[in-house]
Amino acid sequence: MNNSRGKSLGSGALLLAASLLWIVLYVRLEALAGLVLQLSGVYRGNPFGEALFFFLYEVPKVLLLLLAVVFVMGVVHTFISPERTRAMLSGRRTGIGNIMAALLGIVTPFCSCSAVPLFIGFLQAGVPLGVTFSFLVSAPMINEVALALLFGMFGWKVALLYSSMGLAVAIVSGMVIGKLRMERYLEEWVQKMQRVSVDDDVEGTSMSSSMRMLEGVRHVREIVGKVWPYIVAGVGLGAAIHGYVPENLMASLMGKSVWWSVPLAVLIGVPMYSNAAGILPVVQALLEKGAALGTVMAFMMSVIALSAPEMIILRKVLKPRLIAVFASVVAAGIMLVGFVFNLLL
Amino acid sequence: MKEIKILGSGCATCNQLADAVKAVIEKDGIEASVEKVEDIQAIMAYNVLTTPALVVDGEVRCKGRVPSHEEIREILTTKKHSCCCGGASHGSNGKNPSGCCS
Repeated sequence: MNNSRGKSLGSGALLLAASLLWIVLYVRLEALAGLVLQLSGVYRGNPFGEALFFFLYEVPKVLLLLLAVVFVMGVVHTFISPERTRAMLSGRRTGIGNIMAALLGIVTPFCSCSAVPLFIGFLQAGVPLGVTFSFLVSAPMINEVALALLFGMFGWKVALLYSSMGLAVAIVSGMVIGKLRMERYLEEWVQKMQRVSVDDDVEGTSMSSSMRMLEGVRHVREIVGKVWPYIVAGVGLGAAIHGYVPENLMASLMGKSVWWSVPLAVLIGVPMYSNAAGILPVVQALLEKGAALGTVMAFMMSVIALSAPEMIILRKVLKPRLIAVFASVVAAGIMLVGFVFNLLL
Repeated sequence: MKEIKILGSGCATCNQLADAVKAVIEKDGIEASVEKVEDIQAIMAYNVLTTPALVVDGEVRCKGRVPSHEEIREILTTKKHSCCCGGASHGSNGKNPSGCCS
């Protein structure tokens, strides 16, 4: 007992030290980047210097934010397993069920390779079809990597707008699919499946706080270890554009005044498959050069939320008609978000 | 003779898990058969929500991630419920189980 208390005390101290170091680094980042630039003998004010400064400042900033958000999410995940989410959603009505599903989609650990077992497992446990879809839309779209990168690159307002609009799309499209009564467009074997009882598993509750923190660290190693090359490459690309491509180049193509840019962005984005890390730097570069926020946001949402590989995986359990409805309802929602953004901002 | 099944519909992480399990078996000389279950209906029979999952002698011992070699070794060499999938608070060998299955 003493031992475990000492352990959690030790890990608490470690966490505090790490947080302090994090804050100091984050606050001093701009100065540090400037210092490194000076030491390398490059001056700002010319395209190369601007690009290099942008790179030296943005890469560590985004990585620091990612580190923090992914760690926190890793700890949160120890409280909410997919099994527990399923138990909470079982038998919920349209409306409140969709809202809960979309919200839980943000905090529940999710990997798109598990989409099918999760989908079936939810239905088997009596989670309504529309509610299940709300979860399935929100879980990939609003994830920790996307949030950390949006926050790091565009500030908290854009991150908040993205998540609330993403939630709205997930909730509404799930409700629409629920109202359409599409159950008969599930594959036959899925329809015939036996109901299983839900067990709200208590795995998570018996973990010690140091074990939860270890999970957070593990999550960081797994996620940040995977996406950092994308960030470096992406910010590098962004830096090059930042320094060299003329301002407002994209304005005529993806600007506010071009109404068809939103549907076009979604059409291009839907079949594409990329994680948030891969797509965001490009998004940033587009924005910087005058593309409208709504258009870019719609592009990003459609790339992350819908993809051709996902449709192919879902084909194992859904008939083509339901897949088509799913894709078009979500795509329509995303387009609407794009239009609203362009109108308001 | 242990009967090991790897559940997962052919994604990259499922192959990682299969490779890791095979490596541990070979290194330790554990007698076991390894079978990959890719059919989604067969996978659902185990009532797992996340893949890849590791099934030993008909029991799901780890799911949703690829455990480390040490964890796999512990899962393969201990009886039921030594992994936290079964019960985190009472590991059979007295020490903390290694945080598998979040």
